Amino acid sequence: MAKIVGGINVTHVPYIGRAIANNLQQDEYWKPFFDGFPPIHDWLAKVKPDVAVVIYNDHGLNFFLDKMPTFSVGAAPEYQNADEGWGIPTLPPYKGDLDLSWHMIESLIEAEFDITTCQEMLVDHAFTLPLELLWPNQKQCPMRTVPVCVNTVQFPLPTAARCFNFGRAIGKAIESWESDARVVVIGTGGLSHQLDGQRAGFINKEFDLMFMEKLVNDPLWVTRYSVPDLVELTGTQGVELLNWLTMRGTLPGDVSLIHSNYHIPISNTAAGLMAMAAE
Amino acid sequence: MSTTRQKRVIPGTTIFDGDQARKGYALNKMCFSFNSADNRAEFLKDKEGYCAKFHLTPEQTEAVLSLNVLKMIAAGGNAYFLAKLGGIFGLDMQDIGAQQTGMTKEAFKAKLVEAGKN
Ligand SMILES: [Fe+2]
Repeated sequence: MAKIVGGINVTHVPYIGRAIANNLQQDEYWKPFFDGFPPIHDWLAKVKPDVAVVIYNDHGLNFFLDKMPTFSVGAAPEYQNADEGWGIPTLPPYKGDLDLSWHMIESLIEAEFDITTCQEMLVDHAFTLPLELLWPNQKQCPMRTVPVCVNTVQFPLPTAARCFNFGRAIGKAIESWESDARVVVIGTGGLSHQLDGQRAGFINKEFDLMFMEKLVNDPLWVTRYSVPDLVELTGTQGVELLNWLTMRGTLPGDVSLIHSNYHIPISNTAAGLMAMAAE
Repeated sequence: MSTTRQKRVIPGTTIFDGDQARKGYALNKMCFSFNSADNRAEFLKDKEGYCAKFHLTPEQTEAVLSLNVLKMIAAGGNAYFLAKLGGIFGLDMQDIGAQQTGMTKEAFKAKLVEAGKN
């Protein structure tokens, strides 16, 4: 059976794409962010995953508001990035893993998560940039990938508990896949930030740090908050932390923290990063 | 045009719910079209005509032409889609944040840095 080696949560601000394209990793502004990654690169080199399941939210590249699935899973041989309208470079395509995609789809529906399946799917910065950050300086990302998209755009959003349970079902699906593949799960977005309204620029360091701490050994802690509570506590886009929680749900048994980093600000965002190994 | 459920009020914050999604559909659809470079160019050639093509309301058209982000949100615009419109004018998130909070860009950036201290 396939093995989940662990999970990584990372922020996905579009602006990071420009920093990578312009080699700004060691600039004063970017250094505290990019310096979070080498310990995680080392861990990845040790655990050697073959496949990355990436849990993220689309920002109006693949999905418009005409059809907005709460949860969707990619089932394409390849995933293309494309122009999102603000001039960050378009990245080369990502390999899919059709066997895992369809195994996950079957297993999730069996577990009563009625996901939308996507045999064509454009992947936006929330999918591409975390992979760029985790496997830098490659012509093409070395992982086979399965995109899992969570609606954090149009309310109502799935509750925190629902996201955690969705993650658990994804984890069970991966672990029941007849394959010797090693799988890493990545959750992207957050942490606290708000782009819109008079409260634009809102950041909540205290909450973010508590969330990161609890995510390791007490991930259900955050399920005490409703989605509107989470908007109030973390900002209108801070709710992307639901992707982090979904990732955490996939990890079986106890986990150990490999490395974490937290830096304010990248663009308008509190940038978080953490890697956890599955036992 | 609103749901009967009581809404959570968070100061300075608009939750993009069903009411907003209904109100803002045309505006957000226009912004979605800006994923294409050709459409961005077409918009810049005739902004008002482009708004009309997407059947924006007068309120939405006025908000777009004056590039007033708070008015666009009031008219149902969603932040992720409005960001594509902002991108056409080379506005980054600090420009947009400064405009909405009535701060200078420098003051807005300083506020973000401040949030990292303590
Ligand atoms: Fe995002």
